[in-house]
Amino acid sequence: MESIKVNNAIDKAFENSKQRGEALFMPFLTVGDPSPSATVEILKALEESGAGLVELGVPYSDPLADGPVIQRASERALRHQITIRQCIAIAKEARAAGVSIPFVLFSYYNPVLQTGIELVMQEAADAGISGLIIPDLPHEEDSQTREVAAKHGLHLIPLVAPTSEQRIQRIVSKASGFVYCVSSLGVTGMRAQFHDGIDQFLSTVKNATLLPIAIGFGISNSEQFKRFSETCDGIVVGSAVVNQIEQAASLLESVAEREQGLQKIREFVVQLKGS
Amino acid sequence: MKQWPDEQGRFGPFGGRYVPETLMNALMELEDAYRRYSAEEQFQEEIRYLLREYSGRQTPLYYANRLTEELGGAKIYLKREDLNHTGAHKINNAIGQAVLAKRMGKTKVIAETGAGQHGVASATVAALLGLECKVFMGEEDMRRQKLNVFRMRLLGAEVVPVTSGTRTLKDACNETLRYWVSHVQDTYYILGSATGPHPYPMIVRDFQRIIGDETRAQIQQLEGRLPDAIVACVGGGSNAIGMFYPFVEDKTVRLIGVEAAGLGVDTEQHAATMTKGTQGVFQGSFSYLLQDAHGQVLPAHSISAGLDYPGIGPEHSYLKDAARAEYVPATDKEALEGVQLLSRTEGIIPALESAHAIAYAAKLAPQLSNDQLLVVNLSGRGDKDVEAIMEHLGGSADGVH
Repeated sequence: MESIKVNNAIDKAFENSKQRGEALFMPFLTVGDPSPSATVEILKALEESGAGLVELGVPYSDPLADGPVIQRASERALRHQITIRQCIAIAKEARAAGVSIPFVLFSYYNPVLQTGIELVMQEAADAGISGLIIPDLPHEEDSQTREVAAKHGLHLIPLVAPTSEQRIQRIVSKASGFVYCVSSLGVTGMRAQFHDGIDQFLSTVKNATLLPIAIGFGISNSEQFKRFSETCDGIVVGSAVVNQIEQAASLLESVAEREQGLQKIREFVVQLKGS
Repeated sequence: MKQWPDEQGRFGPFGGRYVPETLMNALMELEDAYRRYSAEEQFQEEIRYLLREYSGRQTPLYYANRLTEELGGAKIYLKREDLNHTGAHKINNAIGQAVLAKRMGKTKVIAETGAGQHGVASATVAALLGLECKVFMGEEDMRRQKLNVFRMRLLGAEVVPVTSGTRTLKDACNETLRYWVSHVQDTYYILGSATGPHPYPMIVRDFQRIIGDETRAQIQQLEGRLPDAIVACVGGGSNAIGMFYPFVEDKTVRLIGVEAAGLGVDTEQHAATMTKGTQGVFQGSFSYLLQDAHGQVLPAHSISAGLDYPGIGPEHSYLKDAARAEYVPATDKEALEGVQLLSRTEGIIPALESAHAIAYAAKLAPQLSNDQLLVVNLSGRGDKDVEAIMEHLGGSADGVH
């Protein structure tokens, strides 16, 4: 397909992890949580401890797809009046500070729409962002966004859910980058159980596409990480990482104690990946 | 004229379906089920029966003689939706959607509520039809509408306090959608306003259009002609769209939606989505909303919990841009004056929401001549608001202010 760019960093990251025979670890954080300068340092720490790609969450006033952990992260970040363009600028800063793993911008649709689809995509591409996830933009509504993303060499990553059923084929046929499989019915958050038919669902998606598949929503411990490493090409860990950031927020906000907070995040990641 | 919404759930450019993928199939199933059942005479008859025998429809179109004399201008008729069972128009839609939920084999229903009227209506029909009911309500609104919280519990519903964001209607809607995402397989979401993703704005309008259909027949019978203007309050816009829709083709009838101006449209404390808002995506559809330049939704303010909402239904945005309906603001203060005006001239205490429509009617009527007809949709009664009104007017239960 035209929109698949061979030089996109996401594609390379999946190729490399496939060669190494491991699943890509894809943490999520909310940009600006607990502060814009801490975000750059957290990104460095995540890369050092083995992240293969990171999702940069744009804080939003009404995060419909998110559970309480990420809602609170949005609230903390919004206290700094963070905008989507500032999130992109922070990504650029992280690049300048040496972070080299691919970035995927995760934003609800309205901030993209109000800022301007073209402007967001152009600035994102310039900042070294490789793709976008817009959780409230189903494929029926995404044609313009998809076109502009492709023009700038960005992947617009689709979500598929256990309830998608016959929609899966239509969704993946337009996809590029990877396919994000939602593990459970529900919002983001750490959970002990996944959807009953999860393995069946993942194999349906796998059979429908040649793209890598990533799983997300609810994966929060090493046992779950290991379980899904066997079937998925990438594993998104959102709320569990954000939860660590929340626990360490006061350390991360203080320049003197920041290293201590970052160490806690590194330890969590190492333990989660079981390496 | 084209039938809205189109297949994509659009009213012109407005509407659509902006929700997480997890909900998409549920919305499509809902649309299929609605189209299938609403074409069945038996389904329609069951709803008509409940509206008539249970809710007490049709509601009167009442000539407000003393109010007309007091204001000195157009002849004012009140569409008495306040006389419905549970005290507001919300029951029209709750009955329709609960019957639909049962047909779809769902055993649990959920609802969001602001003023509590939709929550009470949902709890009521859930009791009537033997469904399990959860109502999501902002903590701030629970404080403002204690009586309705108790009513819902008495009716056997669980009231779930919402503590996120502004703790009002907007966040109650978010929380209900989040809950629905997790329980989509056995739970039906009775959405109470003409908002949200397709097909909800269409379904709610269709179940509320009985207000306008009855009004049209009643005014023809009483006056032999259509009214010159119709006034209704708008938050999300369910009573207004129900009243307006059957008159949209009648270009001689002015349609006027009154939104909550809170402390004033030049302050930051208002819910005047049409006067001050811009276009964007909020809670599942593209419409007007109150937002900042970066797309963050702004908190709304109104004395009335039911109008305290930063969005508005997509069909209203369509009617506004098509210049078919006008949208005007009324402040908290004007609404309180509206309450007192109607209470003293007609012996009817309106809900604070409906008082916004009365407030604007009080401005409009004197500008019209006494052979012109003005219909005001009295969407709900004020019993639920008496305590709040007492606080604002500085009165107390033992004395008059």
